[in-house]
Amino acid sequence: MLYREAGQFKSTYAADQAIFPLRQDRIGLFAILGLAFIAVPLLADDFILDAIAIPFLILALATIGLNILTGYAGQLSLGTGGFMGAGAYACYKLTTSFPEANIILLILLSGVFSAAIGIVFGLPSLRIKGLYLAVTTLAAQFFLEWCFIRIGWLYNYNVSGAIDSPERNTIGGLVLTGPNASSVTRYIVVLAIVALITLLAKNLVRGRIGRSWMMIRDMDIAAELMGVRPLIAKLSAFAVSSYICGVAGAMFVFFYLGSVEPAAFSITLSFQILFMVIVGGLGSLIGCYFGAAFIWILPIFLRNGLPMIGIDIGAENVVHLTSMIVGVLIILFLIWEPHGLARLWQIGKEKLRVWPFPYA
Amino acid sequence: MSLLYDILVAPFVQMADAPDFLAQVLWEGFVSGILYALIALGFVLIFKASGVFNFAQGIMVVFAALTLVGLYQKGVPALLALVLTIAVMGLLALAVERFIMRPLVNQPHVILLMATIGLTYFLVGLGELVFGGEPKQMITTELGLPTGSTEIPFGERGVVILQHIDIAAAVIAILMVAGLGLFFNRTRIGRALRAVADDHQAALSVGISLNQIWAIVWFAAGIVALATGIMWGARSDVSFALEIIALRALPVLILGGFTSVPGAIVGGLIVGIGEKLGEIYWGPLLGGGIESWLAYMIALVFLLFRPQGLFGERIIERV
Amino acid sequence: MTRATGEIMLDVHNVSLRFGGVKAVTDISFDIRKGEIRAIIGPNGAGKTSMLNVINGVYHPQQGTITFKGRVRKAMQPHQAAKSGIARTFQNVALFKGMSTLDNIMSGRFLKMHRNFFWQLIHLGPARQEEIAHRRKVEEIIDFLEIQHVRKVPVGKLPYGLQKRVELGRALAMEPELLLLDEPMAGMNLEEKEDMSRFILDVNHEFGTTIALIEHDMGVVMDLSDRVVVLDYGRKIADGTPDEVKSNQNVIDAYLGVAHQEKSR
Repeated sequence: MLYREAGQFKSTYAADQAIFPLRQDRIGLFAILGLAFIAVPLLADDFILDAIAIPFLILALATIGLNILTGYAGQLSLGTGGFMGAGAYACYKLTTSFPEANIILLILLSGVFSAAIGIVFGLPSLRIKGLYLAVTTLAAQFFLEWCFIRIGWLYNYNVSGAIDSPERNTIGGLVLTGPNASSVTRYIVVLAIVALITLLAKNLVRGRIGRSWMMIRDMDIAAELMGVRPLIAKLSAFAVSSYICGVAGAMFVFFYLGSVEPAAFSITLSFQILFMVIVGGLGSLIGCYFGAAFIWILPIFLRNGLPMIGIDIGAENVVHLTSMIVGVLIILFLIWEPHGLARLWQIGKEKLRVWPFPYA
Repeated sequence: MSLLYDILVAPFVQMADAPDFLAQVLWEGFVSGILYALIALGFVLIFKASGVFNFAQGIMVVFAALTLVGLYQKGVPALLALVLTIAVMGLLALAVERFIMRPLVNQPHVILLMATIGLTYFLVGLGELVFGGEPKQMITTELGLPTGSTEIPFGERGVVILQHIDIAAAVIAILMVAGLGLFFNRTRIGRALRAVADDHQAALSVGISLNQIWAIVWFAAGIVALATGIMWGARSDVSFALEIIALRALPVLILGGFTSVPGAIVGGLIVGIGEKLGEIYWGPLLGGGIESWLAYMIALVFLLFRPQGLFGERIIERV
Repeated sequence: MTRATGEIMLDVHNVSLRFGGVKAVTDISFDIRKGEIRAIIGPNGAGKTSMLNVINGVYHPQQGTITFKGRVRKAMQPHQAAKSGIARTFQNVALFKGMSTLDNIMSGRFLKMHRNFFWQLIHLGPARQEEIAHRRKVEEIIDFLEIQHVRKVPVGKLPYGLQKRVELGRALAMEPELLLLDEPMAGMNLEEKEDMSRFILDVNHEFGTTIALIEHDMGVVMDLSDRVVVLDYGRKIADGTPDEVKSNQNVIDAYLGVAHQEKSR
């Protein structure tokens, strides 16, 4: 099937403003969703689901969260790990306080807590801009990390200092979380939540609110003169971003790791998510998926893929090598394609549109 | 009420009760403040000349120390290892100039910041791959640095213990700042550097080579990093765990402003001393460990009232 | 002319603005009447842009008052100025570089759109209808300014003249009562200037928008404007119709220069 828009005329503004104005894109989307919801659960084994698919989706969601703040609203944050942790601990407290409540609702609710924390730490952004702000978001990161370690109430005074995902059922008796939840169940739940939030995020960024974020990002004084209130625009970006990160953090514990220590939400995680944003592309939602896939799967490939093709470099060296390769890749991406994989994807589509001719 | 007492009164009573202990705390804070100031100084050098927020400055400290110790462990004599490490920092500066600065010139600040985060990851990986990740002992005596300590009587029956290495650190830091000050103000390269800091294009148009200047400032920052690394390594082990301490130097920059050398020094001392006092006298109230974020909170609150930092000028936005 | 005698829309009264020791604007009074094109001219550094910044709330003057539509404003924020009906273009194009022409002009509709966060989230029903209704309005402006062909192009890629036009479109999308244009023709060639002049006149005549204009091209100023206020070193030196201003000795001195001692300020 050719990727062409020829013959697809738009006669209404509504059609022109659809998320996927091209028929081929819509077909592609349904194909991917079908693959993700039906084919993957049927075909993939537990390793692929547990080690690749589930964390990939959760991290992609966190990447969307950070991208909204950094890519759309232009406020660089280095505290993503902290906000994810806030969601995770909020969800843990909620589900241990209300064991009967539906865990999915609690996960969606726990984002509200991280959003509130995000607003508090977003307040300085009203007076502080750019790099200074980036440094102050580290305050959130370190403060929250300290809270997770020192405030016993948050982890119900466990001796281990870690939080575990307790077993929770849906009304139908299907086990969703805890050690007895099957990989497929967790995968489907994660996929559904991630897909839903992605759609909502897309709606936000293409509407009035998303536009106000981009206005602040591109030229804050002009934005103000068009009637955007920086207070509301910036804090709403912090709130939405931290909400999404919080939900991702809660799922990180309840559907992926099962049990985490505070160190899981360290600055390393913040950087990892930031890299996903950069590699995927600032200000692109689809790029978040590309970035998350790339950064998450690269080390797995190095660890498992290289020995398969006969290169063995030792487990410890893989970690170091990954760190080096990621570092170099980040720099290369910034030099060659600051808009990341999303941009390459777009260029590829443009090329395909006019194929077999070199240009239209 | 008792909480208010604990916060507002008790710490000061404690201080007055044991003045020698207080003096000890202040001294320790002073020394770590100097080391923070040194990290911040390397950072300010680079930011002034190129507008790059060098997130990797902290890692360069660890990387330099690790290279020095690693070379020594591989059988290279201490002083030769020191020379070789300086050479490595020089190579690093050239590489950074060629592969990061040159292609990314004129990009927004945030892009450059992210590039240095990439550099951070690269250096961590490289250092551990070559020299291994386990903590190492700094070769203090081999480099001819003092290791003993002196006890100074203080007050009626108290004593304050001064580690010689700490005194050496303070002296070296002061010499370094003085040296850099002379370099900036008295030499031709220093003048060129200030010209570049003011306006890239104007500097280019009078025949200053940006690439050369960048290589020089990154090298200078590398030397500062090495000195910091030796001092810090002597106080604890050398490993990438030091990275977290480097992160703690960032609030210094917020306090002092990204472009001010005096700001880096004063900011470093404020953070170093404030952090120690807070941790010792107020920390127990909160369960300890507040060192990790106290400096950030101080800096954050400070910024809300004075967004331009201690020594920065107020910026008027023009449209 | 009758237009210059309309009711007073904006009244600037004894305004002074200082940055530290630097006096940007000293004791300036003038008014803008409903429906007119009012030019503000003066040599570089005369305080023209500062004056606009005071009018739409970017700077707050130390002294003096500004009355807009009969209400005295005190320390108004820029977004409040926008809400009261003042739009603005900039000396150095201040478009939203990461967004397309269409989105840039849509951003001018920000204050006219009201659907709340939750409608925005689902983007169905009211939020979608609102978006489409405003798209229609924006398309009218795009037609008016003849920029249909660059509708979906990121503005960063447009040539300078078109960027200036998009910026005018963005301001028009706000449907302002008072439109402030800061050097709308700076750096344009003759043809582009003629186009822009036509747009400005059309906006004034067809939409009845009151316009305050800063411009260096005297030909344009004299042709377009109903009344002209002349600033020099932050002070007002003349005010009147183009013909009156043209023959004013102070204005001639300011532009052609006089020996420094003779200037007794």
